[in-house]
Amino acid sequence: MADLFIYPEFEVVRNKDRCIACRVCERQCSNGVHSYDEECGVMVSDEARCVDCQRCVSLCPTRALKIVKSDCTFRENANWQADTIKEIYKQANSGGVLLSSMGNPKPLPVYWDRILINASQVTNPSIDPLREPMETRVFLGKKPRAIERGEDGKLKDNLTPQLELSMPVMFSAMSYGSISYNAHKSLAEAASRLGIYYNTGEGGLHEDFYVYGPNTVVQVASGRFGVHADYLDAGAAIEIKMGQGAKPGIGGHLPGTKIVGDVSRTRMIPEGSDAISPAPHHDIYSIEDLRQLVYSLKEATQYKKPVIVKVAAVHNIAAIASGIARSGADIIAIDGFRGGTGAAPTRIRDNVGIPIELALAACDTRLREEGIRNDVSLVVGGSIRSASDVVKAIALGADACYIATAALLALGCHLCRTCQTGLCNWGIATQRPELVKRLNPELGAERLYNLMTAWRHEIMELLGGMGINSIETLRGNRLMLRGVNMTEKELEILGISHAGE
Amino acid sequence: MTSNSYPRINAAKFDHAGINRKIREAGGVCEIYGCLGERFIGAGLEAGDIKIDGVPGNALGAYLNGAHITVSGDAQDAVGDTMNDGEIIVHGSIGDAAGYAMRGGRIFVRGDAGYRAGIHMKEYKSKRPVLVIGGKCGSFLGEYQAGGIIVVLGLTENEKPIVSNFPGTGMHGGMMLLRSDCRDIRFPKNVTARPASPGDMAEVEEIIDDYCRIFKIDKKALLDAPFTKVVPDSKNPYKQMYVAN
Repeated sequence: MADLFIYPEFEVVRNKDRCIACRVCERQCSNGVHSYDEECGVMVSDEARCVDCQRCVSLCPTRALKIVKSDCTFRENANWQADTIKEIYKQANSGGVLLSSMGNPKPLPVYWDRILINASQVTNPSIDPLREPMETRVFLGKKPRAIERGEDGKLKDNLTPQLELSMPVMFSAMSYGSISYNAHKSLAEAASRLGIYYNTGEGGLHEDFYVYGPNTVVQVASGRFGVHADYLDAGAAIEIKMGQGAKPGIGGHLPGTKIVGDVSRTRMIPEGSDAISPAPHHDIYSIEDLRQLVYSLKEATQYKKPVIVKVAAVHNIAAIASGIARSGADIIAIDGFRGGTGAAPTRIRDNVGIPIELALAACDTRLREEGIRNDVSLVVGGSIRSASDVVKAIALGADACYIATAALLALGCHLCRTCQTGLCNWGIATQRPELVKRLNPELGAERLYNLMTAWRHEIMELLGGMGINSIETLRGNRLMLRGVNMTEKELEILGISHAGE
Repeated sequence: MTSNSYPRINAAKFDHAGINRKIREAGGVCEIYGCLGERFIGAGLEAGDIKIDGVPGNALGAYLNGAHITVSGDAQDAVGDTMNDGEIIVHGSIGDAAGYAMRGGRIFVRGDAGYRAGIHMKEYKSKRPVLVIGGKCGSFLGEYQAGGIIVVLGLTENEKPIVSNFPGTGMHGGMMLLRSDCRDIRFPKNVTARPASPGDMAEVEEIIDDYCRIFKIDKKALLDAPFTKVVPDSKNPYKQMYVAN
């Protein structure tokens, strides 16, 4: 791991007055940073191994530890910054493609932070969600174009299958394999208690989790891992994964070292064999081909489940969304370029794709212009961080949001961005039994439940402030948004006015 | 192949959803006639025996889960997509991407296959899918193959090689058996192609027997030819490509 040219990125600062050499840090660190020097009777550190996951800091009983960024620096250079230099050293050393985890950390614009929400003053009363009824339920799926009545004058049920969400948030796809059994169980249990959905990702559905089927979205991706009739039947909806925000245009690759035990069984491939999801679906070259996969899944499940098509936010996303809406899909999920991942080539993660805010606005606008907006629901992800991001997304035109990084943070993730090592000290992105058991799924589910309940209340407060009492009324209501610190073009794409207008 | 006892479904009278509904109503046992490109026939079907007269459309037997399907004519693309169990027999030729990601069951084709036959076929424990192409195959045969057995017999008489370009690209599991010395075939670096041993032939004997029985082919004449076995060099083909960042 250590590279001759690279000084460790972090320093382990140990307060000797507080350290009691209890060796908790040593036992907690899967990276092998801490050890006990028998001769001197003190704890020592190998900082080159530290990933700044904060596990030792959190568990040190005497608060003797902190991890700080090393101030050992290269000579300052605005063009050749430290990360760029280190990446060159790593590649010169190994000849390998740089591999990173979690979302794009680069200082590119976060449009959510440049959008501000309206509130009622004087002319339209605000609503207090503590006293007044507020509706946060949403239904995802194709909506009928017209009301049909039978000869007896009664309404005909012409509604295609819908997903009912108690609030406009779902947990997005993370496969069993990329995250642990306990992480999956936490998500499934929380989704079930909350009346929302979690998503299997492309790793199959563990047999223990079939009971959560009514709150599960099962994914079908290019590798088709774990896809069979029972799996398709188990879910409330089926998601076709065409792309992912963290790595648009490329496939997935779970190394054979992670295909062990239950992961192997759930994916239905032999232990130790790489799980390769090819970049494209090799049977999809056009919208017509996508339509074929959508309908083959609908046929196999007898038209009882909505089909979601998930794509990464890329250039021309509006035209792509228009095509998907015509493919027979019920829901389009769009994943922005800040979306997380268990592993993606650094260059792709940091340079490919576009911000979800712009993609969402462009797609909603295009679908409205073409008169097909109600043929599909729009779900957006790719770094939704808070209830206010959710509210802004809905006002820009989304029906619901997907969250994953926020959910993992609730489970204890500290965003050290080294999921690809499989050594997650928080028991999330690992398959090592001794690490997995550190995440208590009951507690995990409770924390996710808390997070979502808090967001739901915040959403109601924001809605009430605008004088709105239902999510449906907010959807696509861009008059509720204003922009700051943006160009005319950015405002035009977002379809919002500048603050003060 | 008419079976008088089977309920008959006129494909011309229904769309694909209608045909599959009729198939389910018949408990999966039926004969479909007048078939002209209707898609998704038998999707996900667990049990039954469907006989098809004509040319079924794309995704015949997608997610098939145990039923048997026999086609008198040709079939189009994506035969047996993500098939889990059962059997598909095609007396003519088939289009592209046959057996995509199939995990179990068997597909027997009398004639040729298009591009990407057996792509991403995989196996798990007792589930070992089998794809037999009696004729010749297009490019990218067994691309990303992760398991299962692909047999190509090359019985179509023409100037074409038994498989076109890039067979076994990205292959990381399973095996291919080609009835040819494959001298004119260029395999990618990630696979090893060598003459099949008697042990290799014994491994596929039951499959060859069934092919000969189904299509009434002389087994002795069939076996009187060189066979080449293709296997991947590694089940972790991309292991060395990355460096943690």
